Amino acid sequence: MTSITENADIRQPARSGSEHSIAIAAMAVILIVLPWTGVYPYFIMQALCFALFACAFNLLIGYGGLLSFGHAMFLGTAGYITAHAIKEWGFPPELGILAGTLAAAALGVLAGLVAIRRQGIYFAMITLALSQLLYFVYLQAKFTHGEDGIQSVPQGKLFGLFNLSQPLTLYYVVLAFFLFGFLIIYRAINSPFGEVLKSIRENEPRAISLGYRTDQYKLLAFILSGTLAGLAGAVKVLVAQNASLTDVHWTMSGEVVLIVLLGGLGTIFGPVVGAFIIIAMQQYLAGFGQWVLVIQGVIFVVCVLAFRRGIVGEIAYYTGRSL
Amino acid sequence: MTRSLAMLTLTSALVAAAGAFAQTTDKNAKIGVLNDQSSLYADVSGAGSTLAAQMAVEDSGLTGKGWKIDVISADHQNKPDVGTNIARQWFDVEKVDVIADVPTSSVGLAINNVVKEKNGVYLNSGAAASDLTTTQCSPNTVHWTYDTYLLANGTGKALVKAGGDTWYFLTADYAFGHALERDTSAVVTANGGKILGGVRHPLNTSDFSSFLLQAQASKAKIVGLANAGGDTTNSIKQAAEFGIVTGGQKLAGLLMFISDIHALGLNTAQGMNFTETFYWDLNDQTRAFSKRFSERMRNKAMPTMVQAGVYAATLHYLKTLEALGGNPHDGVKVVAKMKEMPTDDPLFGKGTIRADGRKLHPGYLFEVKKPSESKYPWDYYKLVATIPADEAFTPVDKSPCPLLKK
Repeated sequence: MTSITENADIRQPARSGSEHSIAIAAMAVILIVLPWTGVYPYFIMQALCFALFACAFNLLIGYGGLLSFGHAMFLGTAGYITAHAIKEWGFPPELGILAGTLAAAALGVLAGLVAIRRQGIYFAMITLALSQLLYFVYLQAKFTHGEDGIQSVPQGKLFGLFNLSQPLTLYYVVLAFFLFGFLIIYRAINSPFGEVLKSIRENEPRAISLGYRTDQYKLLAFILSGTLAGLAGAVKVLVAQNASLTDVHWTMSGEVVLIVLLGGLGTIFGPVVGAFIIIAMQQYLAGFGQWVLVIQGVIFVVCVLAFRRGIVGEIAYYTGRSL
Repeated sequence: MTRSLAMLTLTSALVAAAGAFAQTTDKNAKIGVLNDQSSLYADVSGAGSTLAAQMAVEDSGLTGKGWKIDVISADHQNKPDVGTNIARQWFDVEKVDVIADVPTSSVGLAINNVVKEKNGVYLNSGAAASDLTTTQCSPNTVHWTYDTYLLANGTGKALVKAGGDTWYFLTADYAFGHALERDTSAVVTANGGKILGGVRHPLNTSDFSSFLLQAQASKAKIVGLANAGGDTTNSIKQAAEFGIVTGGQKLAGLLMFISDIHALGLNTAQGMNFTETFYWDLNDQTRAFSKRFSERMRNKAMPTMVQAGVYAATLHYLKTLEALGGNPHDGVKVVAKMKEMPTDDPLFGKGTIRADGRKLHPGYLFEVKKPSESKYPWDYYKLVATIPADEAFTPVDKSPCPLLKK
């Protein structure tokens, strides 16, 4: 595990708060303006959902040093619950998202209790096994409609006010959810809790010897990560208007690893950059047909060989800042 | 450089905006072929369907009459959300008028909703779910080539009559498989047969051993394969390894394509019965088209019925545009006119499109030839029976589609 996580810059000055606030504000402004520059809003929304998903995943691996290979279960579970609640039970979108996110949180508690007892490859395998277990449950369960997925989920009106079938309204709602999740993660990383998490990543026995109950910290990080991944899945339902097996499949768990590695493991902005690149490739290279996956693979190989810290990680390393 | 680039972007944005606001009739049309280009349905549809659409554009002769018709394509990777995203972007940004093909029923049903919402035209050839023209029928959709009702009716009836009266199903666990199993079971029981049971496997499975052992233990005379593409060929190959056919049980491929037979080889596939609506060696016209088609395919393959359906549906769509005197960019209007006009193309002959969007043409029950009977490359089928067009598809009085109730 350490061979992956040692890249994360630990030499960073502790006081980089004001720089971060400026960078986060700049990101928010760019995202607010982006749909007016002619970029297709549905594409940005899709990318934002994956960015939040990747940020949540990054909290666990980049700061906790725990490689989960089953994060798709949170994304997919929240998606199914949200879609079902909105479509079948007639929930308004805000309650649907809440229901989905809570379901992911509950799943995070259960999966976390089992998974955090092991480290490294065993932790990855246990999370993978749990997510595969859920995949087959969803494949057979009646309410998910198997391979069909839950189709044509109505978008409805948020708080009875905002009509989400308007692309721009939907965009700003998605952006608000993304920023909300992003700030929670940022706050968590820069809190005493985050510092303990980083110390566990660097040297768990030493953290224990200092009197920290590392299992509790890891469990909390796992639940937080799962919940926010669930939030991403719940919001994604409103964007795509369907929930399908794609989101619980193990390839989705792999995709989020790819996004985070490409953007920069253990960086604040890396997952966002990675998500935009991967989603842009899927969207704009779809015309190349069978070559999309090959191109994705080549980029991954180049990334691993040429810039191992990821895009943002390399920039942070050469500018000597933490990003 | 930057300035000219900026100008170019601005101009194209203006042109795009003009296109969006001016919903008037013009002589442009854009056809998007959306299908599987990298996975289990790539041989059935894939690049061949794109080629078929291009050939239809060329054969329509509209480009010589001042029309501008573009064909674009994309891979939906058999994922409904990838498919809907591409379709939405095609309508919103690329100004696509028609989405053609779309194999995999789960993606097909999702696209059906998007096309209705965006008032486009959906020329389905690849997806089989009969729901597209029954419970989920839409005024924007034409379902061309085949559907689960036809497959069930053709193969199910013929085999029960030939003595195969006990069935066990091996079903792909998604919309298409469920629909196929449901429809075939109904036909089998209606004709005096019995369903002994069934097992469902996930899409794109590589190991069928446990499913096949259950099928073997059921002692059913017929093992019905309610799956498609790579899943069907894999299950047939593995069934041969388990000695299911030599043990006296018979395999019925409920959906087989010529590309599957080509992949399996006649040794493994001989004697199987199944239903299709197109075979390249059916008559002079199909032979002429297929020769032209296969010369332009990278692997020189003959067209499958899905690819033939894309060709014929696109051709009929373009004829309709010509009859309308221009493209109104209004899906409901164009599809209504398509239903009004009788169809006539070299591959499926004369036919009609019913009010629910169902294209009516005959189905054919084929049997795979023995290796000794095959005289030339791709000589694979012999015609066993023809199912007339009025019996091949869901009868009007049994369809819940509201478009049929006038």
